[in-house]
Amino acid sequence: MIEDIRLSLKGIWSHKMRSFLTMLGIIVGIAAVIAVVSTIKGTNDQIKNNLIGDGTNTITVELYQDGWKADFSYAAIPEGIPPYGEDIREELLSIEGAVNASLYHERQYADSIFYRNRHLNGCSVMGIDSAYFETKGLQVIKGRGFSAGDLKSMKKAAIINKEALTSGYDGEEAIGTTLDINGEPFTVVGVVDKKSEFEPVINSMEDYYTYSESEVSTVYIPKQVWPIVFGYDEPVNAIVKAASTDDMTAVGKQSADLLNMYLSVPAESTIKYQSTNLAQEASQLQQLSASANILLIGIASISLLVGGIGVMNIMLVSVTERTREIGLKKALGAKKRRIRSQFLTEAVILSGIGGILGVLAGILLSKIISKVALIPVSISIPSILVAVLFSMAIGIIFGMAPSFKASNLNPIDALRYE
Amino acid sequence: MIISLRNINKNYDTGRMQVPVLFDINLDVEEGEYLAIMGPSGSGKTTLMNIIGCLDSATSGSYILNGENVFEKSDNQLAELRNRSIGFVFQNFNLLPRETALENVALPMLYAGVRKKERREKAAEALTRMGLGERMDFLPGQLSGGQKQRVAIARAMAMRPPILLADEPTGALDTASGRQIMELFSELNDEGVTIIMITHEPEIADCAKRRMLIRDGRLSEGKDFFGGPAHE
Repeated sequence: MIEDIRLSLKGIWSHKMRSFLTMLGIIVGIAAVIAVVSTIKGTNDQIKNNLIGDGTNTITVELYQDGWKADFSYAAIPEGIPPYGEDIREELLSIEGAVNASLYHERQYADSIFYRNRHLNGCSVMGIDSAYFETKGLQVIKGRGFSAGDLKSMKKAAIINKEALTSGYDGEEAIGTTLDINGEPFTVVGVVDKKSEFEPVINSMEDYYTYSESEVSTVYIPKQVWPIVFGYDEPVNAIVKAASTDDMTAVGKQSADLLNMYLSVPAESTIKYQSTNLAQEASQLQQLSASANILLIGIASISLLVGGIGVMNIMLVSVTERTREIGLKKALGAKKRRIRSQFLTEAVILSGIGGILGVLAGILLSKIISKVALIPVSISIPSILVAVLFSMAIGIIFGMAPSFKASNLNPIDALRYE
Repeated sequence: MIISLRNINKNYDTGRMQVPVLFDINLDVEEGEYLAIMGPSGSGKTTLMNIIGCLDSATSGSYILNGENVFEKSDNQLAELRNRSIGFVFQNFNLLPRETALENVALPMLYAGVRKKERREKAAEALTRMGLGERMDFLPGQLSGGQKQRVAIARAMAMRPPILLADEPTGALDTASGRQIMELFSELNDEGVTIIMITHEPEIADCAKRRMLIRDGRLSEGKDFFGGPAHE
């Protein structure tokens, strides 16, 4: 085997120009495949990043009615939605892949929040438990979070997010001020913001409409005081943090199933919990972008096929050229298997080197594409391995015929060959 | 008896008809013999050589080599038999041009599965015996004709086969080199190697202890033919 490899490299090296031209088909094919795959992966990574953002891997599980998010702010709360509490949170946490969970009330676009005489327009109010900030990936940047005392003594404390600080306070000091929520006074004790700042990459207007979703101004109050401001027994929503992005779909589905299990709404009602899974949305967008590129991979594969035929052609020439050598080796005691493996090794090494050069050319090509066409490119290691192995497989397949031809030569005919 | 050919007939199949090349050949060679087979071109001597060298089969007859029935063996068994029992020396050397002298000599040992270290040691030893200890890393193109043939003999004897089969071993050499090769053959024969050599040069054939003549596919003891007017 080592001897075969040594001989093959020697043979390939002694016909540098011919070997290179033979490899060219494989180089072009592999380079094209790598470039296309890298472009697809780059685009997909970008879509995923844009949608999932900083990778907090948080899934929102909310109540839906008739396929739309249920909003009971102006309607009576239907029967049969249990007021989920700490025990359900524990159950959510026991789902495999779930690392954190939180239950919360929410009023979107609450129009009754005032700071002094200023109306905080379009602001959301959320009644949260102690696990919310951790689960959602928020951190206190000013003041403090809710203390155990706040929660126990039903203190009317509020925390605002950075967006609310900007829109409601014009950058003024917010800690210690009083917010009027639905006529109840709340003392602002802290300001929160996302742990990691994430900016989606926007390359086109299409991207802008898809990804650019600015954070809504939000005021957080303890879940315990929610009934003072809004209603009793309002339904809760949940957020669950998954261990990894890949777990998101499964964790989201199981969480929704769990919450739905305790629902006792009438049979004809369409009310149920559903998970909003960004990973799933991302994969749908990714499929869209990939399908266009599958065609390109197909075209690149044809080039690989042509490359393989080139390898076969040159190997057949090589067998004819080396007929005397084959005859001599047989006379000296080389068995068929050895002659076969010598030519097969040469074909595999030839196409394997072609594959490696193709990968290098493909990486170079990807870099150029990303520079010139502003398309994000991400080189995937598995695709490189597959490309090299595939080119070697081409060597085996197309080296088969020449190597059998060589091994079946009759030694006397071969020795006499001029 | 190391070689025993019985009633060998060989026809070449040209597709349209059978062309007979060898007629009823009978040949016995004892261990340690030094035999020259002479014959003009077209006499069938190369065909006979190929059959003795286990490279070709006969149309009919039997061939016992070292107690083994050659015509019953498969291609792979024949390869093994050649590797073990016969060293080949060709007129045009047949060295691999891109391999060094040492690698050329080591080749048969590679096919026998000898380890690399041992291969190199034995090949170096064989080359040193042929007086080429200084030129082991030379490529064939860097060697003279006589030196190439000595590399070829070193290769033929690398596996220490009992039989050395030479096809016009001096055909491509000048007289001095040819004489050197013949001296080597005599030495090897003195050590007990059985040598069978094809040649059409009477002086070369004279080096052998036994001479035979092949003409029109028929083999005969050749003592009478040498020196006689018919030969000239």
